Amino acid sequence: MKQFLVFVKKEFYHVFRDRKTLLMLFGLPIVQIMLFGFALTNEVKNSKIVVVDYAKDVSSQKIIHKIESSNNFEVEKALLGYNEIEAAFKEGKIKLALVFPSNFNKDLMHLNKSQVQIIADASDPNTGNTLTNYVTSIIMDYQKELMTNANVPYAISPEIRMMYNPELKGAPNFVPGVMALVLMLICVMMTSVSIVKEKEKGTMEILLVSPFKPFLVIISKAVPYLMISWVNVCIILLLAVFALGMPIKGSIFLLFAESTLLIITALSLGLLISTQTESQQTAMLVSLMGMMLPTMLFAGFMFPIENMPVPLQVVSNAVPAKWYYIIVKSIMVKGLGFSAIWKETLILMGMTMFFLLISFKKFKIRLA
Amino acid sequence: MKTPVIKANKLTKRFGDFFAVNEISFEVYPGEIFGFLGANGAGKTTAMRMLCGLSIPTGGEAQVAGYNVFTDTEKIKKNIGYMSQKFSLYEDLTVLENINFFGGIYGLTDKQIKEKSEKLIAQLGMGSEAKKLVGSLPLGWKQKLAFSVSILHDPKIVFLDEPTGGVDPITRRQFWDLIYDAADNGISVFVTTHYMDEAEYCNRISMMVDGKIMALDSPANLKKQFSVASMDEVFFELARGAKRKAD
Amino acid sequence: MSAVSLKNIRKTYNDGKLVAVEDVSLSVEKGELFGIIGPDGAGKTSLFRILTTLLLPNGGSATVDGYDVIEDYKSIRNCVGYMPGKFSLYQDLTVEENLNFFATLFNTSIEENYDLIKEIYVQIAPFKDRRAGKLSGGMKQKLALCCALIHKPTVLFLDEPTTGVDSVSRKEFWEMLRRLKEQNITILVSTPYMDEAVLCDRIALIQSGKILSIDTPKKITEQYPGKLYSIRSANTHQLLGDLHSYDNTKSCFAFGESLHYTFKSEGPEETRALQNHLTVLRHEEVVINEIVPTIEDCFIHLMSNES
Repeated sequence: MKQFLVFVKKEFYHVFRDRKTLLMLFGLPIVQIMLFGFALTNEVKNSKIVVVDYAKDVSSQKIIHKIESSNNFEVEKALLGYNEIEAAFKEGKIKLALVFPSNFNKDLMHLNKSQVQIIADASDPNTGNTLTNYVTSIIMDYQKELMTNANVPYAISPEIRMMYNPELKGAPNFVPGVMALVLMLICVMMTSVSIVKEKEKGTMEILLVSPFKPFLVIISKAVPYLMISWVNVCIILLLAVFALGMPIKGSIFLLFAESTLLIITALSLGLLISTQTESQQTAMLVSLMGMMLPTMLFAGFMFPIENMPVPLQVVSNAVPAKWYYIIVKSIMVKGLGFSAIWKETLILMGMTMFFLLISFKKFKIRLA
Repeated sequence: MKTPVIKANKLTKRFGDFFAVNEISFEVYPGEIFGFLGANGAGKTTAMRMLCGLSIPTGGEAQVAGYNVFTDTEKIKKNIGYMSQKFSLYEDLTVLENINFFGGIYGLTDKQIKEKSEKLIAQLGMGSEAKKLVGSLPLGWKQKLAFSVSILHDPKIVFLDEPTGGVDPITRRQFWDLIYDAADNGISVFVTTHYMDEAEYCNRISMMVDGKIMALDSPANLKKQFSVASMDEVFFELARGAKRKAD
Repeated sequence: MSAVSLKNIRKTYNDGKLVAVEDVSLSVEKGELFGIIGPDGAGKTSLFRILTTLLLPNGGSATVDGYDVIEDYKSIRNCVGYMPGKFSLYQDLTVEENLNFFATLFNTSIEENYDLIKEIYVQIAPFKDRRAGKLSGGMKQKLALCCALIHKPTVLFLDEPTTGVDSVSRKEFWEMLRRLKEQNITILVSTPYMDEAVLCDRIALIQSGKILSIDTPKKITEQYPGKLYSIRSANTHQLLGDLHSYDNTKSCFAFGESLHYTFKSEGPEETRALQNHLTVLRHEEVVINEIVPTIEDCFIHLMSNES
């Protein structure tokens, strides 16, 4: 046991003395979140919208006014009828349409509830979603105002319709995607590189010619990266909640447990790569090409998997990040519990076992 | 007296307070085999780098092949040859491909390269190996080939950094035959080695200790000066007083 | 029982295309300082890796401390010390951290076996907080030796410990080995430097994967056939050329300031004839002496016989 601890300590020395890599390890998640969160999302200021106001009453006018006075929207024009909406969208300038039914105010006053339809261009799902959120919150604002003034439980229920990409797949929540990407990158690349480094530097020779169990070498290598990955999960979640205003609806404990599972999957994959490569360069290349690309392509957070050709959909099943992405989305966005994700969890576990099994079979207790 | 190929005067390289090379002065003449000896860490590598134009000195002055080591480093590189034990040739290229490549980067014409490579392969007796990958040759052959390639462009001087490390005793001697041939053709040879018997083959030897040249003379005179029978003992007398062992 | 024994060991690479070790048999007694002498590519490292259980031989059998290198590799890993050819410590760890790490790895502590490494360690102790990567060649070797010794191994394997190290540090290193031998540790050391052979109890000369000779350095030099002469003159290089073209020359090699020379047919007559020949060729200060061959002479002789 003491041997193991000393080994882990040594690994930490390696990690902390290599300042540049360390910076990369902790900088990566921050940069990724910032990139996906701000740079890569469309600016939602002054988005052009159209309004179809069948009601033309106090409430609808007030809401339209509120929307106009916000920084986010610019009412391009008022359309006369529903059928003109599609044409407006097709022109391409319009991002969102708002439809008030003819007796909007009347319903609200007499039935205490009313409906409004929001139609968004979801071909760019991120923007579509952000805009609907904004409009909804403006309408809710108005509803709250009415309630405080009149002390009656008025309720406006916005009926949202996404055009072109109705299910909004892979859209808003890139955070789970970034988590998957960062964990895969760090764990796979760093473990494989650090093991191969021992081979390349010749220290593996001495380690093998010692009573220290070879597989413990591997496990002790994984410990620092497991911990760094936990820290990274925290960083990403903190950024998501505080910088991007994204709530975590489900259990944080469950989220961490599942993240740990993915970390272990990634570590075992890194181990597998290290058993097959002889130089740090190759290990790095294989990890990058083999992990980063499939994770970006097939996890589902950049490109909806449903839209892919069937063979690619099949391939995507082999990407651990896909399953993790589903798990995290279920927990964070939908607030679901373990009962909803046990299948995915099982798949990840299976993959981990598979990687570990091959690695231990392939792991050489000798040099060649 | 002929003009020296290397002329160093109080050449110094300083890193902070540390004088890696401390005011060394010497001259190397055309066709001379100049042994550059010293313990590990004495400053040999740093001195050699300055003379090859890879590192700018912090003090003193030096000319190599007539060019200033401060200002004309590019011209120096064209007029010197360099070979080290660690890197010599591309293992994944064939013998001919290596010759073509190095001839090419030194600006030889295709005709010159062709003539020279034929001559070189004949001289080394490598006719049947010319199209083989360098990586598949025995170490001794590689080193001999590397040396021949390093003087392909007829430099005024060739720098050899431990060229014979680990080479078998017969090949090691054949290697020195090549060195003598080059020297006979007027190329100066600047060589470092850990084999003390090889020190005896040099015309003159400089001994570096802690960044300074502590002795510089022919092997015979050095032995006389220290009243010992072999260069090994001369080296031992000088180097055991070195303070800079850990660096 | 021998500390190390090899029987017909054979090792090939690239599916048998490259033969690194060919039918090597030898045995090393307990407490012996045994040298494996040969140039790069002779198969020294392959031999060491087979004995330290890092490589499986393609044929033959070998034991270390009585354990079989294939079957009992775990036991061997417990009892041997190994210093690979390349500097193989953690460059980004300090001297002390390296030593501590290897001590714990072998289930021991620096204190427990301090006696064994004391003499060597005191030389590097002033730099104990320095990172190993910043040490000089000689210091690195000392640290590596300390790390290989820290668990008091019964057999110590040193693969080219003195390569690239200057001759003063090499001398110091061999003195350390001498003192270790007194602690009754069996030491196998490989080196390309022929002059180091005389410092071993027994040596094996190896070339192209084959053993040329195994014996004490003294016996090996005694087995040199015929007489060896040292010839010197004012112009060594010229002399070498002239001797090569002389009819009665069997071999002639440069050895430092003189040439080592053997006759095809020898005798006082022939020596005088050579002396005259050289005088005719206007060589000055010609001196011809019979000398005792060195290991390098023997190696060259055996090597020429092989090919």
